[in-house]
This record gives sequence, C-alpha cells and structure tokens, in this order.
Amino acid sequence: MTVPHPLINWPSLRQDFPILDQQVHGKPLIYFDNAATSQKPRTVIDALVHYYEHDNANVHRGIHELSHRSTEGFENARKRAAQFINAPKSCEIIFTRGTTEGINLVANTWAIANLKEGDVILLTEMEHHSNIVPWQLAAKRTGAKLRYVPVIGDEGLLDLDQVDQLLTPEVKLFAFTHVSNTLGTINPVKELCAKARAMEVVTLVDAAQSIGHLPVDVQDIGCDFLALSGHKMCGPTGIGVLYGREELLQKMEPYQGGGDMISSVDFFESRWNELPHKFEAGTPDISGPIALHAAMDYLDAIGRDNIFAHDQELAAYAYEGLQSISGIRLFGPRSGRSGVVSFVLPEVHAHDVVTLADHRGLALRGGHHCNQPLMRKLKVPSTARASFYFYNTKAEVDRMVEILREIHTFFCRGL
Amino acid sequence: MDFDELYRDVVLDHSRRPRNYGELPDADAHVHGDNPSCGDEITLHVKFGDDDDIGDVAFTGNGCSLCMASASMMTQKIKHKPRAEAEALWTSLHELLTAGTEPAPDDRLGELQVLQGVRKFPMRVKCATLPWQALRQALEEKKPGRERDI
Repeated sequence: MTVPHPLINWPSLRQDFPILDQQVHGKPLIYFDNAATSQKPRTVIDALVHYYEHDNANVHRGIHELSHRSTEGFENARKRAAQFINAPKSCEIIFTRGTTEGINLVANTWAIANLKEGDVILLTEMEHHSNIVPWQLAAKRTGAKLRYVPVIGDEGLLDLDQVDQLLTPEVKLFAFTHVSNTLGTINPVKELCAKARAMEVVTLVDAAQSIGHLPVDVQDIGCDFLALSGHKMCGPTGIGVLYGREELLQKMEPYQGGGDMISSVDFFESRWNELPHKFEAGTPDISGPIALHAAMDYLDAIGRDNIFAHDQELAAYAYEGLQSISGIRLFGPRSGRSGVVSFVLPEVHAHDVVTLADHRGLALRGGHHCNQPLMRKLKVPSTARASFYFYNTKAEVDRMVEILREIHTFFCRGL
Repeated sequence: MDFDELYRDVVLDHSRRPRNYGELPDADAHVHGDNPSCGDEITLHVKFGDDDDIGDVAFTGNGCSLCMASASMMTQKIKHKPRAEAEALWTSLHELLTAGTEPAPDDRLGELQVLQGVRKFPMRVKCATLPWQALRQALEEKKPGRERDI
C-alpha cells in the first residue's frame, strides 16, 4: 500500500468543509456516508454562489456579456472534465445529471440502435441498480439478453476466470463498475476492457464510486464509455459526465430532442448539432459544471493518488477495528479495497444500527445500497455501510467501533 | 435520546422470536409489502372466516426489529377477530405513531403501545407500519360480499 503523502495536512483539509463542523443529536458529526454523497468544500459552494451573483445567463445563445461569461464557464468546465479523466477531446464530454443519466443515455441510444434479438449485454453481479435496470429496459426493447459475471463470496471479487467464457460472440456490450459501492472491491477495469476489446465488445465503466477517490484515465482504461457523478467527488448534486469515444458518439442518435441539440429545424425534420451538443437538449445545468470545475481543481490540488492512499489506509484501519467485534460479518476484499466497509452486526438489523448510530452523531448507511440482487446472493437482507473520504480521521473510526460495540451490547441484552 | 423507549424489551423479544411466523398454505390472501428504500419485506398470509372476519393469520419475510415486532404483535392481536376490530386497531396505531400530539393511552392497542417510541423517529414509522399496510390491502381485497378476485 502506498503511504499517504506526508506533506498534506489532512486535518486542516477538514476545515474546508463547513458542514462537518456541527453537532448532530448533541454529538460531533462523524460523516461516514461518502459513498452516497460526499460533502462540499467552501470553494465549490463559493463557485455556485459566485455564478449566480455575477455571471448567470443562458449559454450558447446570447451575445451579451453575461451570456458570454456563462458560456465560457460552462465550456471551460467541459475542457477541465476532459483533462480530469484524460479524454482525448472535450467534445467527448457530455454533461448529464449524473451516472444514472449517463448510463441511460447509452442504453437509450447506442443500445437501441445496435442490439438485436440474440445479442447479450454482459454485466457483473455487483452492479448498482443504475447499471442493471437501464439494460433490462434496453433488453426488453431489443430482445437482447443479460448475463452476469459472478461475484465470489463475502470477499466480493469478480470471478475473473469466467470472464473469458462469458465473453462469447453474442456479447455486444460489457458494462461494469470500477469500484463497488457495497463491497469496496476495485475491479481491474483495464484488464476487463482489454478482454472486451479483443472480442470487439463495447465497454461502459460506471465510475461513480471511483471518480473522486482514485486517478481515472479513460485512455489508460481503454473504455468506450465512462459515466460519473459530480456529487460523489465534492461537486454539487445534479451534474455528471458521460465520456464516450468520439467515433461512437458520432454515429449515435440524440438522446432527447429540444433546443441546443439541433443545427437546424424544419417542420418535418431537423439536423443535429455537432458533438457534444447533440446530446445536451435544452438549457443545461450551468452552475453545476462550473462548480464541478472547482471540485476537480480542489481534488487535484490534494492529488487523487494521495486521496486513494488515505482512503485505503482508513479502510484497512476500519476493517481491523470492526473485526474486533465478535460475530461481525464483514464484506469486501481484505486488502486493496476502496474506502467502503459493509458489515452485519450479529442480532442487529442494519436499520437499527443506523438509527442508534445516528443518535450518537455517526452517519452510516443501512439497507441494500441499490444492490438488491447482490444482497440476495450474499443472503443478507441488508448491510450497514461506513464509507470514508479524505476528511475523515482514524479517531472517527475509533469512535465508530466504540459506538458499534455499544449498539451490539444494547441489542444483545437478555440474550 | 432514550433508546430504551424505542427498543423496549417487548420489541426485542418479538423481533427475536416473532409469533405467527411462517407460511399459511390455505390462506385466502398473501399480500407482499416492502420498503424499497431499505429492504424490509414481509408477506402477510390471511385466512378469512365464513363471515369475512379474520381467521388464521401468519407472516414471513424479514426486516428490522421494529418491522418484525410490529408484524408479530399485529398477528397476535388480529387473529380470529372481526374485520372492524382490525380496522379500528390500525386507526389507533396510526394515530399513536403519527399524531402531532401524544395521544391518550388506548387500551385497545394493548401490547402494541410499546411501539409509541417510534413517534420520535419519523424515518422509522414506515418500518412499523409496513405489516399494517399489508393487512389493509388484504382486507381491501376481501371486502364483504365482493367476489374474490385475488
């Protein structure tokens, strides 16, 4: 494991997040629900406020000064996003509402045009509902079938030995997550894309859980599409990015019709605007990309390698601490995991854990984490999940373990 | 916050050893209810008497302690009871869990009154009411005099 950068003053980064300095139910807030959404640093909040206080106007259509500023901020954010994921061209960056919309865009355009009866969409058993349901809908419309790469046991690694057998000539698309939101597994996306490419299978990577936590380079990964959400990487909610290889995007039909996505409209037919505008109908979220730009700058100032090392160290520390609670069931890889730890406390349902933890100031997530098929496979109705970010500390992890012990004792009274 | 009030011993007891837990093969209604946001899911099995009142009742599924305890106590309370009594119980329980001001003690609820701690946890009201929603649906499906169309 890499060692967190010694020159970074991690505790001081915490002060960049105004929300973290508060009490919840009379206790200092410990925010361990970062896999659901991250908190936002002052610089991102300021970018939103600055935009609305100084530059707000519609994009791509005005000649006046504010529209110029607004358009420039919006398009600069696109260039910054391309740079952030190392996309060759900024026209390959489509702004979306988030990962879910990015996947739906591909499922409604590329998949509908390219899939037919007998074709197969390959997924993995650890996918979030947002990388399952859009494909179910596309399969229903095209007659294609779904197939899944199995997850092995509680440790939650993909059964990579099976990938070659599953990648038969019928497979046309392979969509998989970079990092599991429940298991914390980091998938070998580069290897999976290489296998898929060898079979001429189009790939889509769900980067929702990885984008703010580790370096993501679409050229190195070698994927055709990659979808991400801004709100899990210190940006605002409601903004995300879909990366698509230009060659594929050029051939795809638009996702939605409306203003901005056309070059000319007649009563009976229209011509589409060039990339990426073809996929961005209507007035977009403008403040979102601008604030996301600030978030990307903020993360890169810390360094995504450093954030990754910090997350991994905290996750390993938490895994060790949680293991000391007798009877606890832990999910995900023992090592080399992201900053996500899911667990089941013996005799206590995840909701009860989360309610009791909340009243001690500890924000956890309890439930199926939008992973119902995986939960059924693991034979648990739900798990509790702690997920970390760079502003979390070992002292907070210690406190979590202490709180979970108290909860366990409370629930096992009389047993 | 006093958690003893939310998780009373009676609640823990019912959730650990739910009463009337299991299948009811000759039931007239099998109603599935779930809370998609959290994963609680139960199926209520109801056999109606000749007079359309509740006969035998059982449930299967899994959920948090509040959901399981509520289902367990509910089945004890409504078994072999007139439909009107079950409906009145739901009204009382709903009042107990959601009314703006603390309702006066309602003897009809009996043991179910231990659930009143849920009032202070609005995010958990759905857990405790899930079995009752299933019951209401079962009663609705088997309205007196209506042809069975389940």
